[in-house]
Amino acid sequence: MAATCWSLPDALCRFPALDNGTLREVRKTVDGGFRDLVRNYSDWIDAATAPLQVFLNTLERTFTSTPWLIVLIVLLVLVWASSRSMKIVGGTAIAMVLIGWMGLWEDTMVTLAMVSVCTILAVILGLPIGIIAARSDRMQRLVNPVLDVMQTLPSFVYLIPVVVIFGIGKVPGVIAVVIYAVPPMIRLTNLGIRMVDSEVLEAAEAFGSSPRQKLWNVQLPLALPALMTGVNQTIMMSLSMVVIASMVGVGGLGKNVLQAINNQFFTMGFLNGFALVAIAIVFDRASQAFGHRLQKHREVRHD
Amino acid sequence: MTDAATNTADLQANTDDDEFVPAGPGIEIKNLYKIFGPDPKKWIGAVKGGMGKEELNRKHGHVLGLTDISLSMPPGKITVIMGLSGSGKSTLIRHVNGLIDPTAGEIICDDADVCQMSVEELRNFRRARTAMVFQKFALLPHRTVLENTCYGLDIQGVPRATSEPVARRWIDRVGLKGFEDNYPSQLSGGMQQRVGLARALATDADILLMDEAFSALDPLIRLDMQAVLLELQEELQKTIVFITHDLDEALRLGDRIAILRDGRLEQVGSGQQIVQHPANDYVSAFVREVNRGRVLQAATVARPLPQDNLPDMQLPGKIVLEEAARRMIAAGASQALVVGARNKPRGVLNVSDVLTAMVQPTETNSSQPKGG
Ligand SMILES: Nc1ncnc2c1ncn2[C@@H]1O[C@H](COP(=O)(O)OP(=O)(O)OP(=O)(O)O)[C@@H](O)[C@H]1O
Ligand SMILES: [Mg+2]
Repeated sequence: MAATCWSLPDALCRFPALDNGTLREVRKTVDGGFRDLVRNYSDWIDAATAPLQVFLNTLERTFTSTPWLIVLIVLLVLVWASSRSMKIVGGTAIAMVLIGWMGLWEDTMVTLAMVSVCTILAVILGLPIGIIAARSDRMQRLVNPVLDVMQTLPSFVYLIPVVVIFGIGKVPGVIAVVIYAVPPMIRLTNLGIRMVDSEVLEAAEAFGSSPRQKLWNVQLPLALPALMTGVNQTIMMSLSMVVIASMVGVGGLGKNVLQAINNQFFTMGFLNGFALVAIAIVFDRASQAFGHRLQKHREVRHD
Repeated sequence: MTDAATNTADLQANTDDDEFVPAGPGIEIKNLYKIFGPDPKKWIGAVKGGMGKEELNRKHGHVLGLTDISLSMPPGKITVIMGLSGSGKSTLIRHVNGLIDPTAGEIICDDADVCQMSVEELRNFRRARTAMVFQKFALLPHRTVLENTCYGLDIQGVPRATSEPVARRWIDRVGLKGFEDNYPSQLSGGMQQRVGLARALATDADILLMDEAFSALDPLIRLDMQAVLLELQEELQKTIVFITHDLDEALRLGDRIAILRDGRLEQVGSGQQIVQHPANDYVSAFVREVNRGRVLQAATVARPLPQDNLPDMQLPGKIVLEEAARRMIAAGASQALVVGARNKPRGVLNVSDVLTAMVQPTETNSSQPKGG
């Protein structure tokens, strides 16, 4: 190693890192501080996450303990209601039957429950934040860098603080997934509202709209395509993060994939992966078709 | 010269218009200034002291929108604001309903200064008193024609049960019956603007603000819409502020025309006054291309009544010169008596005066003192 140093002084050759003792001290202090903090507030944290736990468990139980035929029918009806397309409904039916046939029904239900909860939470969180960011430039300047960091951070990294604070389990999984999936919702809500035609907004103003009336009559309806894209993105990101969240104890298809990776079970990994892709396609098609259906008024009639 | 004589007849024709004037609110704009930029108040003094638009922009990076505008818009009449692109028309009309705050000056409507209103008062003022029609229609794309027409009433909190019949009546009135359930994207531009008009009329506001409302329409539909507006105005007598950069449109619609240039008022008057007596070169350049025979009215060019020898032939004062010439030639008359409402004699029209007025390019005021 000294050979590659070309007689440079040592400090310029090898990076002058902090010595191991100091680093150990820093780590110990920070980790210890964190642990104490979490320990002190653990009751509070548990109380805060309890409703989430209940919600998640209830939904999961409903999904898994209801007879599969009923779940399938309800699912198909929902897909039909949102897309009004026989093709998408048919595709969903085939995909779900195949999944069940491969013995993955229960795991799929767990994943579906998880993704539903995460998507709902991400929309509930993202929509108001996006609206606030659209209303004030200062808020946007605050929110955007945070979103940038969140979106460039590798998804594994999310797990670290979540695990430290909330421990291992389903709820920490949900929190990690929601944090990962919320940025597109915020961004697209903000963008959608800011892109609303300023003339229409001025018309609303000229007729004496209050800010609330402007939001509900003009901004949200006109931003709807962007909002629907946001929801769609959020679903897709939840699905991909659910696999990674299985590392902190989330069950379902993701856990199977993780096991397959650890044990080199090729077929098992492939089948579970296929099931995830199938669900993703179903969600994507159904939500996009729903978005298009809400935009009916944009079609120009030629007759 | 005969100029003085025509002047008096002209003034007479415009002052004792014995028409019904409704007792609505007029709009009184007093010494209005608007400067765009980060710190407008800082430069208002300099602008009042005579600093021009170009200098303000170059030295201080602020845009001078309006300079010392004083204008009264009479109730129940159409006031047209005319000017080239960037002259400040939109800025001016947006002051009337408080969409833009002035840097200095007042806008008085019904003894209330629009600029002094609180947010709440302003909102109520907009809901109850003003309605606006936009150049690019600004309809809500996700609402049907009917729902768009209900929009103003929705905002006022009127239930649909009450507002729907009103909206249907106005849709019918602007000629869109049968299109109630269409979306704006399914309509032509002219039809969309009819929706815009119906939406504005449905709130029953007495002040109607129209910012280049017909500029996006093609010429035939535009004429058609002008006719619709005039017909409605005949009956509704609203206080209308209408913006256009088209002189023909201004002359057709305007009871009063105000000409703006670079944020300053160049001339205010009736269409007849502006065509016959432009205040300066700028205005005369504007009116040079106008078809005078179809714009100037008999009363405008008539000479004052002589003591005796009134001609037998009678002509209504409101007809345009082309029509007057046609009638006089048909009757073989060289002189005609111009009468106002209820056949009141107004003046005498000579064929030669008609011809002179029709061909004479706008009198050049450069040799005369300004404002003559
Ligand atoms: N928000 C603003 N900030 C800065 N300058 C502005 C702003 N709004 C208008 N202006 C300036 O004020 C002047 C008048 O603009 P305005 O829009 O009133 O013109 P206009 O007569 O309506 O023109 P057009 O016929 O093109 O609509 C222009 O020079 C314009 O650049
Ligand atoms: Mg304009």
